[in-house]
Amino acid sequence: MEIELALTIGLLYGGGLYMMLQRNIIKLILGVSLLGHGTNLLIFTAAGLTRSWPPIIAKTATAANENLADPLPQALILTAIVIGFALTAFILVLFQRAYTVLGTSDTDDMRATDR
Amino acid sequence: MGLVVSVFSGFVLCFFAPLINKLAKNLCGKLLALLPLSLCIYYLTFIPMVSKNGSKLLSYPWIPSLGINLSFNIDGLSLLFAIVICGMGTFILLYSDGYLAGHKQLGRFYVSLLAFMASMLGVVLSDNVFTIFMFWELTSLSSYFLIGFNHEKESAQKAALQALLVTGFGGLAMLAGLILLSITSGHTEISTLVLNASSIQQHTLLLPILILILLGAFTKSAQFPFHFWLPNAMEAPTPVSAYLHSSTMVKVGIYFMARVSPIFSGTNEWMVIVTTVGAITMLISAYLAIRQTILKKILAYSTICALGIMTLLLGIGGSLGATAAVGFLFGHALYKGALFMVAGTIDHETGERDITKLGGLRRYMPITATGGIMAALSMAGIIPFLGFIGKESLYTATLHTNNYSVLLSLVSILANVAFVVVSGMVVYDTFYRDEQTTPKNPHEAPWTMWLGPLFLGVMGLILGLVPGLIGHSLIGPAASAIIGRPIDLHFVLWHGFNLELGLTAITLISGFALYIYKAKVLSLLGPLEVILSYGPLKFYDLLINGMLSLASSQTKLLQHGYLRLYILVTAIVGSCLVWPHLISHFGVFDFEGWHDIHTNEVIVILLICVGAIMTFTVKSRMAAIISLGVVGYGVGLVFILFSAPDLAMTQFIIETLNVVLFMLAFYHLPTYEVTTHPTNKIMNIVVSVSFGAMAAVLVLVALHVQLFESIASFFGKYSLSRAHGHNIVNVILVDFRGFDTLGEITVLSVAGIGAYALLKLKMTEREEIEGVNK
Repeated sequence: MEIELALTIGLLYGGGLYMMLQRNIIKLILGVSLLGHGTNLLIFTAAGLTRSWPPIIAKTATAANENLADPLPQALILTAIVIGFALTAFILVLFQRAYTVLGTSDTDDMRATDR
Repeated sequence: MGLVVSVFSGFVLCFFAPLINKLAKNLCGKLLALLPLSLCIYYLTFIPMVSKNGSKLLSYPWIPSLGINLSFNIDGLSLLFAIVICGMGTFILLYSDGYLAGHKQLGRFYVSLLAFMASMLGVVLSDNVFTIFMFWELTSLSSYFLIGFNHEKESAQKAALQALLVTGFGGLAMLAGLILLSITSGHTEISTLVLNASSIQQHTLLLPILILILLGAFTKSAQFPFHFWLPNAMEAPTPVSAYLHSSTMVKVGIYFMARVSPIFSGTNEWMVIVTTVGAITMLISAYLAIRQTILKKILAYSTICALGIMTLLLGIGGSLGATAAVGFLFGHALYKGALFMVAGTIDHETGERDITKLGGLRRYMPITATGGIMAALSMAGIIPFLGFIGKESLYTATLHTNNYSVLLSLVSILANVAFVVVSGMVVYDTFYRDEQTTPKNPHEAPWTMWLGPLFLGVMGLILGLVPGLIGHSLIGPAASAIIGRPIDLHFVLWHGFNLELGLTAITLISGFALYIYKAKVLSLLGPLEVILSYGPLKFYDLLINGMLSLASSQTKLLQHGYLRLYILVTAIVGSCLVWPHLISHFGVFDFEGWHDIHTNEVIVILLICVGAIMTFTVKSRMAAIISLGVVGYGVGLVFILFSAPDLAMTQFIIETLNVVLFMLAFYHLPTYEVTTHPTNKIMNIVVSVSFGAMAAVLVLVALHVQLFESIASFFGKYSLSRAHGHNIVNVILVDFRGFDTLGEITVLSVAGIGAYALLKLKMTEREEIEGVNK
């Protein structure tokens, strides 16, 4: 299963980067989102996959069972998902603003600050 | 304690100068002049102590871990400089009061000038080499502000930067030399270094130390090949030129050479380097001085020539060399300061600075003319002025040296011939000859402007007639400090009929002749121009321009503004850094586990892959957004299948919000019209594929490599007992790593506020117009 997921992650990374390399700002945002999904899955898979043992301590037990899934990467990813959303929302508004002000959706025309 | 106060008083007062300028208006310069005047009187009280070759040392620990003390030492040499600095400072402040009257930024000018004066006092009174260095750099810095005072002028900006770069380079070299010196000898105080002179002289690192220290002195004192910054620094207002570039700052290099000469003189290296550089500087600047026609430039080159003479004399050393150096220096400070002020007055009152367009001014400004003529007579070395004694002692020193005596005497005569010519050019051409029309109607300057030159000119005569006034009180102790032992002083006006007097006669006659036939001689020397046009200034320009074009070309290359290329470079560099590590781990994983997959998992993975491929292939934006949503929900399903219900929940909520957000923005978003050029496309695909493959292999390698022991068991063990929570992920987020979550919430709020502000931001009129134009 890990192998199939690894290939999926590769696809998300490659596709995400490919979209980010385009000049259109919409594609850039979509690419960032794809890359974000890929990264979440990468952390999740690389930490090891566990079927049907969510990291929740049974009502009767006092400590976690040995078989439970690793909770730490899950906590990291949870944070990452939320931050990723904040990032997407912000760049969406930022690019929309840049588009209205500059009148272009081409990042090649947005070079004024670096020239 | 008084010494410390005297050094730092200028720094303190400079902060109040703008306020005083505002309140006292026209009185400001006169009021501020009281500080150097009182300091000058204070230093004069040291004369009885110093004339017995005594010295006074004060030391306070400053950076004890580096062995650096804030120590001050006053001996003959320091005292001579301190008196010159304060005495000249008094007249310069008065002079500025008249010269820059009504200037908008006069307050700022006084700040820099007072800071400069205090830094100068710091240099000449410090005993610790690193304290000297600190004050030394402060003089460079304050002179940068003073040269660039008219900062709207491009030439002033360039000249200020040039002076700062050249002297700054020398300063750094000197610092390196001082560090080497303190490491090899174990001492950082001049007074103790002098006692260890013989061990330093025998050290194998003597030559590097000497060269580095001399680089500092030569750049500061405008010695060849660093002389070019001084004439350019004449962009400064004339009071600055008179103060910094004739009587004080440029002499600080001479001061430092004199200060360290008890340590180094007597070695062959010192003698050869210092004497040669001094002699070359004298010859080149003497020629350059007489071919100028702008008053201040003539004076600037003749100052370089005088500095060359002092360097030469320090190179010769011995009691004769030291006496001559000090005597010449003192005389020069008097007459050159006066002549610069006279030049400034002429410029100020007539609006003309070219000597070929001036003449007959003595009728309009008799007092200035009197001061100027007396200073010029001293410069020409005519008996009974102080300049005469300086020149005679120079000849005595060159005639009595053991090496190359004839050559050095010849060079000295040539330099003094140039001085005679320069004197004629500066005063005869301007104050005598026929009157010429000038931009302004000439008239006498205010008293603040003629007092300085007149006083200095008269002093040149009085001290020439009665050299005993300064002989044993100032000149003798200073010369003793240079050679490091009490000397038997010969500092009198009349030596009788000897060889030196004969040389003086030759000098004067050739000087007059050259003055009269100057044009002819210069045209004969025309071919020299070609050689001189390839001077060190060319090299400096080449260096600066080269550096600037290098910087701009590398910025153009690296910071081109194309976002996609930044991303491309980042991805390529990232892959190149990661791939080698992955390749080295290729053996750790296998593909055995591929069949361990359930049907529902296959469906989820297919869902994600199809969604992803759709996202980057479809032509419609709407379809792309929906495909991205599919990927997001697919990822959520993976979380469900592999024991992460909390993640799945969050993922579903966020993904829904994401799609809603995109849909909301959809109306305002641009279409897909921009397409990428085909050649770029191939490049992009290659890099993306490599990047994707890197991620896939990274996952597989990471599964089999465990660099650190997992800390997961900790959370499982204590989640319930310490944090009272069954859901371990939740406990981590709100308890064990609660502050991380707080940070996350902050990021979220900042992003929210930012997005809100961007949406609500009112466009300025300019942006509206630009937007419409596009």
